[in-house]
Amino acid sequence: MDLDLTADQKLFRTTSKKFLDNEAPLTRVRELAEDAAGFDRDWWSRGAELGWAAMLVPEELGGGSVSGQGLMDLAIVAEEMGRLVTPGPLLATNAVIAGLVHAGGHEETIERLVSGEAVASWAVYEPGAGWRPDRPAVTARAKGDAYVLDGVKDRVEAAGQADLFLVTAQTDSGPLQFLVDATADGVTVVPSASLDLVRRFGEVRLEGVEIPAAAVVGSVETTPATIERQLQVAVVLQCAESTGAVDRVFEFTVQWAFDRYSFGRPLASYQALKHRFADMKTWLEACHATSGAAARAVQEGSPDAAELISVAKSYVGQRSVEIIQDCVQLHGGIGVTWEHDLHLYLRRVTVNRALYGTPEEHRRRIADILEV
Amino acid sequence: MTDQLDEMEDVESFRLRARAWLKENMPKLEDKPPLRIGEDDDVEWLRARELQKMLYAGGFAGICFPKEYGGLGLTPAHQRAFNEESEGYEMPLLLNIPTFSICAPTILDMGSEQQKRERISAAIRGDEVLVQFLSEPRGGSDLAGVITRATRDGDMWVINGAKTWSTSAYAADYGLLLARTDWDAPKHRGLTMFLVKVNQPGVTLRRIKMVNGSTEFCEEFFDNVMVPADAVVGEVNNGWAVASRQLFYERTAVGGGSPYVSGVGRPNLVTSNFDLVDLVRKTGTAEDPRVRELLGEAVAHQRVQDQLIDRVTGGITRGHLPDSASSIIRLFHAETDWKNADVGLQIAGSAAVTGVVGEDGPLRYGESYLTRQSTSLGGGSTEMARNIISERVLGMPREFAADRDVPFSQVPQGRTS
Repeated sequence: MDLDLTADQKLFRTTSKKFLDNEAPLTRVRELAEDAAGFDRDWWSRGAELGWAAMLVPEELGGGSVSGQGLMDLAIVAEEMGRLVTPGPLLATNAVIAGLVHAGGHEETIERLVSGEAVASWAVYEPGAGWRPDRPAVTARAKGDAYVLDGVKDRVEAAGQADLFLVTAQTDSGPLQFLVDATADGVTVVPSASLDLVRRFGEVRLEGVEIPAAAVVGSVETTPATIERQLQVAVVLQCAESTGAVDRVFEFTVQWAFDRYSFGRPLASYQALKHRFADMKTWLEACHATSGAAARAVQEGSPDAAELISVAKSYVGQRSVEIIQDCVQLHGGIGVTWEHDLHLYLRRVTVNRALYGTPEEHRRRIADILEV
Repeated sequence: MTDQLDEMEDVESFRLRARAWLKENMPKLEDKPPLRIGEDDDVEWLRARELQKMLYAGGFAGICFPKEYGGLGLTPAHQRAFNEESEGYEMPLLLNIPTFSICAPTILDMGSEQQKRERISAAIRGDEVLVQFLSEPRGGSDLAGVITRATRDGDMWVINGAKTWSTSAYAADYGLLLARTDWDAPKHRGLTMFLVKVNQPGVTLRRIKMVNGSTEFCEEFFDNVMVPADAVVGEVNNGWAVASRQLFYERTAVGGGSPYVSGVGRPNLVTSNFDLVDLVRKTGTAEDPRVRELLGEAVAHQRVQDQLIDRVTGGITRGHLPDSASSIIRLFHAETDWKNADVGLQIAGSAAVTGVVGEDGPLRYGESYLTRQSTSLGGGSTEMARNIISERVLGMPREFAADRDVPFSQVPQGRTS
């Protein structure tokens, strides 16, 4: 958690936590694992009433946030969700909202997303390729003032639940983004397998999908900046969520070390283990520090925001999985059973590590930003 | 100025005033090569004192120290603003550790009124340099086990023993010396801290040569050194409380979080500054994706360190974290340096081990690599940091100690058979 929350933010954190504790405990997550949808739309609507899709939207478009620092408030929610491996399209929908607000227009769509009536997801990855939002293979062919989309997107979060996709596609003059209705002619959604039990993904096939001019998001000129904005929001929320997950796992693993006795003494009394806990505590604090700094930089539109989200992803992406794996080790055999909750967390951070750029991809991005 | 109203100048106005003053008065940092390791550095020390005197004359010395002891009585935010503005100017960086970031704040917390008035203000004026006489040849981590002896003799104390790892003691005027004054008390309860003049009869200094050729560290021998009773810092036999403050400030300083320093960066004495971007260019490896990845990883780690320092020092200041959390910064700092050393070696490849004679090339990354572990040893080993984090931050049970609650005279000091 950010150590310097305002009083309003602290209160907001408490109410968000309470809502999540009541509405989405881990027992519920396990139930939803058996459910094809992965999350309940009605539940998401109630989350939207708490402002989960409103915080990146200006007040004149029906949005608003607790502290006036919408992304930082949203990161608080993401972190609390990480502590409970909560389902739901928080990141997916807000990344799209961030893009729409950045590009301008689409007021009605934004309104539907803010109210929770609609769910959206950014369709950016493509089969067989890593993180390369600036070089999409999906094509957008101009037809009058409309476009025709062809190609395949994959690793689309909440694809089965999304009403709208924000599709990044290639036009003759560069990448451009389009709002595609999930029920439009030529759109086929095929569910994918996913490591996370409740965060679902899918493949979105686009075959001659006709897109009216009104569904174009921004322009070729503004698209690179809009994509960057979407990425920044996605990585901030993702790192906050992973940090929350690690924080919770570390918390119950420390407790375990105090409670579990071997050779007549608690695990917490063995120096070999104490030192590993000290390392993990250090890395966890660093995860909090860099996630928080990235959120603040993006919130404030700081010139180093692009670099700092990659710094956060480079660090949190790697350490989150390392810390949780070590917590599994410290639990002993129970740590690798289905019954123990550890794997729910390990699944979530492993998925987060891989998406919206791996730590390795973000490290290369840092080298690009430094113009080496 | 608003001084007559005794209102604190706001940070922005202070920043602007500092910017103008620096431009007008301080020499720009020249792109001079760092001293060769082991080279005579007396000139650097004289220069540091000179620069400090300039800061003092301009009213920018001792920003966070109280006015009554020669400082400005301002906040860490003022200090940060000044340090940001000071980039590109020559600063008395040599005085940052330990004089300003460790010794002076300890005296401020624990010293007598006279010690504060005399030593702190002399340091701020650029007249005196302070040093720590803590570690002994018998062991570094078990600091409270010191066996340097101070014996009362009328109004005086007589000191006998040896100290080591004192950074730049050869350039110092006064040292904070931890000595045992009660051998019947348990380890921590028989210690006293003294402020000892370095240049006086009975004190012998010897420089220690390190693996990379550096001679920055010293060891000192004390033979019947006489110090007056008013040289005691804090109370007699309560020296561990003073040493603990030093250790806290040391961890903060080593981690880069001290509010008492002037200027940022390392002094010119140290050649282990890593410029990995420069290394990538020099080695012509910029096209290699693996190299770009390594570089990004190391840069990210460095950034995270700065962010962690902000979080932890802020958390300690505002009471969200215990003082002992400064060990988190200390441990992370070592990890950052390891990362830089390792990545430097990887990127430099064979150029780290052999190169053109006399050229300051990638070979220095090989040389730095040889002293990679000094970052996890100096200022308290990372093993001790891990003990502190697990025991005092996480509250885990303390390690068994054979010397706890035992009169120190009965504690074994080596093999007995």
